[in-house]
Amino acid sequence: MNLSESKDFQVSTASLKEVRTFSREVFEKINLPQEQKDELVLAIAEAAQNIVKHGYKGVDTTTDRMEIKISLKDGKLEIGFFDKGKPVVPENIQHRQLDDIKPGGLGTFFIKQIMDGAVFKKDQKGWVNHLILTKKI
Amino acid sequence: MTYKVTEEGNISTVFLNGEIDMDVTEKAKEVILPLVEAGKEVHLNLKDVSYMDSSGISVLIESHQKALEKNTKVIVKEVSKSVLKVIMMAKLEQILNLE
Repeated sequence: MNLSESKDFQVSTASLKEVRTFSREVFEKINLPQEQKDELVLAIAEAAQNIVKHGYKGVDTTTDRMEIKISLKDGKLEIGFFDKGKPVVPENIQHRQLDDIKPGGLGTFFIKQIMDGAVFKKDQKGWVNHLILTKKI
Repeated sequence: MTYKVTEEGNISTVFLNGEIDMDVTEKAKEVILPLVEAGKEVHLNLKDVSYMDSSGISVLIESHQKALEKNTKVIVKEVSKSVLKVIMMAKLEQILNLE
Protein backbone atom coordinates (compact mmCIF):
# COMPACT_ATOMS: atom_id res chain seq x y z
CA MET A 1 0.00 0.00 0.00
CA ASN A 2 1.25 3.47 -0.87
CA LEU A 3 -0.08 6.72 0.53
CA SER A 4 0.90 10.33 1.02
CA GLU A 5 -0.93 12.75 3.28
CA SER A 6 0.05 16.12 4.61
CA LYS A 7 -1.41 18.72 6.91
CA ASP A 8 -0.28 22.04 8.27
CA PHE A 9 -0.60 23.21 11.84
CA GLN A 10 -0.12 26.43 13.72
CA VAL A 11 3.21 26.42 15.54
CA SER A 12 1.92 26.13 19.09
CA THR A 13 1.88 23.64 21.93
CA ALA A 14 -1.90 23.62 21.54
CA SER A 15 -1.43 22.06 18.09
CA LEU A 16 0.35 18.97 19.38
CA LYS A 17 -2.93 17.19 20.04
CA GLU A 18 -4.01 17.91 16.45
CA VAL A 19 -0.69 16.53 15.23
CA ARG A 20 -1.35 13.29 17.09
CA THR A 21 -4.91 13.11 15.81
CA PHE A 22 -3.74 13.59 12.21
CA SER A 23 -1.02 10.96 12.63
CA ARG A 24 -3.41 8.45 14.19
CA GLU A 25 -5.89 8.96 11.38
CA VAL A 26 -3.22 8.30 8.76
CA PHE A 27 -1.89 5.21 10.55
CA GLU A 28 -5.43 3.84 10.82
CA LYS A 29 -5.15 3.30 7.06
CA ILE A 30 -1.98 1.25 7.40
CA ASN A 31 -1.93 -2.32 8.58
CA LEU A 32 0.45 -2.14 11.52
CA PRO A 33 0.35 -3.43 15.10
CA GLN A 34 -1.23 -0.85 17.41
CA GLU A 35 1.95 -0.74 19.48
CA GLN A 36 3.98 0.31 16.45
CA LYS A 37 1.39 2.93 15.50
CA ASP A 38 1.61 4.36 19.03
CA GLU A 39 5.40 4.55 18.75
CA LEU A 40 5.22 6.31 15.40
CA VAL A 41 2.71 8.82 16.76
CA LEU A 42 5.09 9.49 19.66
CA ALA A 43 8.03 10.06 17.30
CA ILE A 44 5.99 12.47 15.18
CA ALA A 45 4.72 14.32 18.24
CA GLU A 46 8.25 14.62 19.63
CA ALA A 47 9.55 16.04 16.35
CA ALA A 48 6.67 18.53 16.20
CA GLN A 49 7.31 19.44 19.82
CA ASN A 50 10.96 20.10 18.99
CA ILE A 51 9.87 22.61 16.34
CA VAL A 52 7.67 24.45 18.85
CA LYS A 53 10.15 24.20 21.71
CA HIS A 54 13.48 24.77 19.99
CA GLY A 55 12.69 26.22 16.56
CA TYR A 56 10.66 28.97 18.16
CA LYS A 57 12.54 29.27 21.44
CA GLY A 58 11.97 32.71 22.94
CA VAL A 59 8.97 33.37 20.70
CA ASP A 60 5.79 33.77 22.73
CA THR A 61 3.30 33.49 19.91
CA THR A 62 3.60 33.18 16.16
CA THR A 63 1.29 32.93 13.20
CA ASP A 64 3.76 30.60 11.48
CA ARG A 65 2.61 27.20 10.47
CA MET A 66 4.44 23.90 10.21
CA GLU A 67 3.65 21.08 7.81
CA ILE A 68 3.82 17.36 8.37
CA LYS A 69 3.78 14.93 5.46
CA ILE A 70 3.40 11.20 6.01
CA SER A 71 4.25 9.02 3.02
CA LEU A 72 4.38 5.28 2.63
CA LYS A 73 5.92 3.78 -0.46
CA ASP A 74 7.05 0.22 -0.99
CA GLY A 75 7.16 -0.48 2.73
CA LYS A 76 9.18 2.59 3.59
CA LEU A 77 7.58 5.18 5.79
CA GLU A 78 8.82 8.73 5.34
CA ILE A 79 7.65 11.55 7.57
CA GLY A 80 8.56 15.10 6.59
CA PHE A 81 8.48 18.12 8.87
CA PHE A 82 8.65 21.60 7.39
CA ASP A 83 9.00 24.72 9.49
CA LYS A 84 10.13 28.34 9.37
CA GLY A 85 11.76 28.44 12.78
CA LYS A 86 15.39 29.01 13.63
CA PRO A 87 17.73 27.12 11.29
CA VAL A 88 18.67 23.79 12.78
CA VAL A 89 22.32 22.85 13.01
CA PRO A 90 22.08 19.05 12.91
CA GLU A 91 25.51 18.63 14.53
CA ASN A 92 24.21 20.46 17.61
CA ILE A 93 21.31 18.08 18.20
CA GLN A 94 22.07 15.77 21.07
CA HIS A 95 19.91 13.92 23.49
CA ARG A 96 21.02 13.74 27.11
CA GLN A 97 22.74 10.67 28.48
CA LEU A 98 20.13 8.38 30.00
CA ASP A 99 22.08 7.93 33.22
CA ASP A 100 22.06 11.70 33.71
CA ILE A 101 18.61 11.75 35.25
CA LYS A 102 17.04 15.16 34.80
CA PRO A 103 13.97 16.62 33.14
CA GLY A 104 14.24 17.25 29.40
CA GLY A 105 16.37 16.00 26.55
CA LEU A 106 14.44 12.80 25.89
CA GLY A 107 12.42 13.72 22.80
CA THR A 108 15.28 13.27 20.37
CA PHE A 109 16.26 10.04 22.11
CA PHE A 110 12.73 8.68 21.62
CA ILE A 111 12.82 9.61 17.94
CA LYS A 112 16.13 7.79 17.49
CA GLN A 113 14.81 4.76 19.33
CA ILE A 114 11.68 4.53 17.21
CA MET A 115 12.81 5.57 13.73
CA ASP A 116 15.49 4.12 11.45
CA GLY A 117 16.72 7.47 10.18
CA ALA A 118 16.50 11.20 10.79
CA VAL A 119 18.07 13.69 8.41
CA PHE A 120 17.71 17.37 7.68
CA LYS A 121 17.44 18.16 3.98
CA LYS A 122 18.39 21.39 2.35
CA ASP A 123 15.92 21.17 -0.54
CA GLN A 124 13.09 22.95 1.22
CA LYS A 125 11.05 25.37 -0.83
CA GLY A 126 10.06 28.41 1.21
CA TRP A 127 10.72 26.62 4.47
CA VAL A 128 13.70 26.99 6.79
CA ASN A 129 13.99 23.43 8.04
CA HIS A 130 13.01 20.11 6.50
CA LEU A 131 13.42 17.08 8.73
CA ILE A 132 12.80 13.64 7.31
CA LEU A 133 12.22 10.64 9.55
CA THR A 134 12.24 7.21 7.93
CA LYS A 135 11.34 3.72 8.96
CA LYS A 136 11.02 0.45 7.13
CA ILE A 137 7.71 -1.14 8.07
CA MET B 1 -5.78 16.62 30.78
CA THR B 2 -7.99 16.67 33.83
CA TYR B 3 -7.14 15.73 37.38
CA LYS B 4 -8.55 14.97 40.78
CA VAL B 5 -6.73 15.13 44.12
CA THR B 6 -7.69 13.16 47.20
CA GLU B 7 -6.08 13.49 50.63
CA GLU B 8 -5.67 10.86 53.31
CA GLY B 9 -3.36 11.73 56.16
CA ASN B 10 -0.03 12.75 54.71
CA ILE B 11 -0.75 11.07 51.38
CA SER B 12 -2.08 13.07 48.47
CA THR B 13 -3.25 11.05 45.50
CA VAL B 14 -3.36 12.81 42.16
CA PHE B 15 -5.51 11.09 39.56
CA LEU B 16 -4.45 12.33 36.14
CA ASN B 17 -6.67 11.76 33.14
CA GLY B 18 -6.18 12.14 29.40
CA GLU B 19 -3.06 12.93 27.39
CA ILE B 20 0.00 14.56 28.93
CA ASP B 21 2.09 16.56 26.50
CA MET B 22 4.01 19.82 26.46
CA ASP B 23 0.75 21.78 26.35
CA VAL B 24 -0.32 20.60 29.80
CA THR B 25 2.93 19.99 31.66
CA GLU B 26 2.81 23.35 33.45
CA LYS B 27 -0.69 22.53 34.67
CA ALA B 28 0.45 19.10 35.84
CA LYS B 29 3.42 20.61 37.69
CA GLU B 30 1.17 23.23 39.30
CA VAL B 31 -0.89 20.40 40.75
CA ILE B 32 1.88 18.03 41.81
CA LEU B 33 4.87 20.13 42.90
CA PRO B 34 3.16 22.18 45.65
CA LEU B 35 2.06 18.93 47.27
CA VAL B 36 5.64 17.66 47.19
CA GLU B 37 6.93 21.01 48.43
CA ALA B 38 4.53 20.70 51.37
CA GLY B 39 6.20 17.42 52.29
CA LYS B 40 3.28 15.22 51.28
CA GLU B 41 3.80 11.71 50.01
CA VAL B 42 2.31 11.98 46.55
CA HIS B 43 0.73 9.09 44.71
CA LEU B 44 0.33 9.73 41.00
CA ASN B 45 -2.37 7.49 39.61
CA LEU B 46 -1.91 7.17 35.84
CA LYS B 47 -4.48 4.50 35.02
CA ASP B 48 -6.48 6.98 32.94
CA VAL B 49 -3.52 8.58 31.19
CA SER B 50 -3.69 7.31 27.63
CA TYR B 51 -0.64 9.11 26.26
CA MET B 52 2.50 10.66 27.67
CA ASP B 53 5.44 12.12 25.78
CA SER B 54 8.89 13.27 26.88
CA SER B 55 7.38 16.38 28.49
CA GLY B 56 5.22 14.22 30.71
CA ILE B 57 8.22 12.07 31.57
CA SER B 58 10.01 15.27 32.60
CA VAL B 59 7.19 16.03 35.04
CA LEU B 60 7.63 12.59 36.61
CA ILE B 61 11.40 13.10 36.92
CA GLU B 62 11.06 16.61 38.35
CA SER B 63 8.45 15.45 40.86
CA HIS B 64 10.62 12.50 41.89
CA GLN B 65 13.69 14.68 42.34
CA LYS B 66 11.80 17.33 44.27
CA ALA B 67 10.48 14.63 46.58
CA LEU B 68 14.01 13.42 47.29
CA GLU B 69 14.97 16.98 48.21
CA LYS B 70 12.02 17.19 50.59
CA ASN B 71 12.64 13.77 52.14
CA THR B 72 9.35 12.45 50.90
CA LYS B 73 8.41 10.36 47.89
CA VAL B 74 6.33 10.27 44.75
CA ILE B 75 4.86 6.89 43.90
CA VAL B 76 3.62 6.33 40.37
CA LYS B 77 0.66 3.96 40.48
CA GLU B 78 -1.47 1.96 38.05
CA VAL B 79 0.53 3.02 35.03
CA SER B 80 -1.30 2.35 31.78
CA LYS B 81 0.42 0.06 29.31
CA SER B 82 1.14 2.82 26.81
CA VAL B 83 2.69 5.10 29.44
CA LEU B 84 4.73 2.26 30.93
CA LYS B 85 6.23 1.67 27.52
CA VAL B 86 7.43 5.29 27.35
CA ILE B 87 8.81 5.11 30.90
CA MET B 88 10.71 1.97 29.94
CA MET B 89 11.96 3.53 26.72
CA ALA B 90 13.47 6.26 28.91
CA LYS B 91 14.91 3.50 31.13
CA LEU B 92 13.28 5.05 34.19
CA GLU B 93 11.44 2.02 35.54
CA GLN B 94 14.19 1.46 38.11
CA ILE B 95 14.47 5.16 39.00
CA LEU B 96 10.84 6.15 39.54
CA ASN B 97 8.83 4.49 42.29
CA LEU B 98 6.39 2.42 40.24
CA GLU B 99 3.62 0.39 41.85
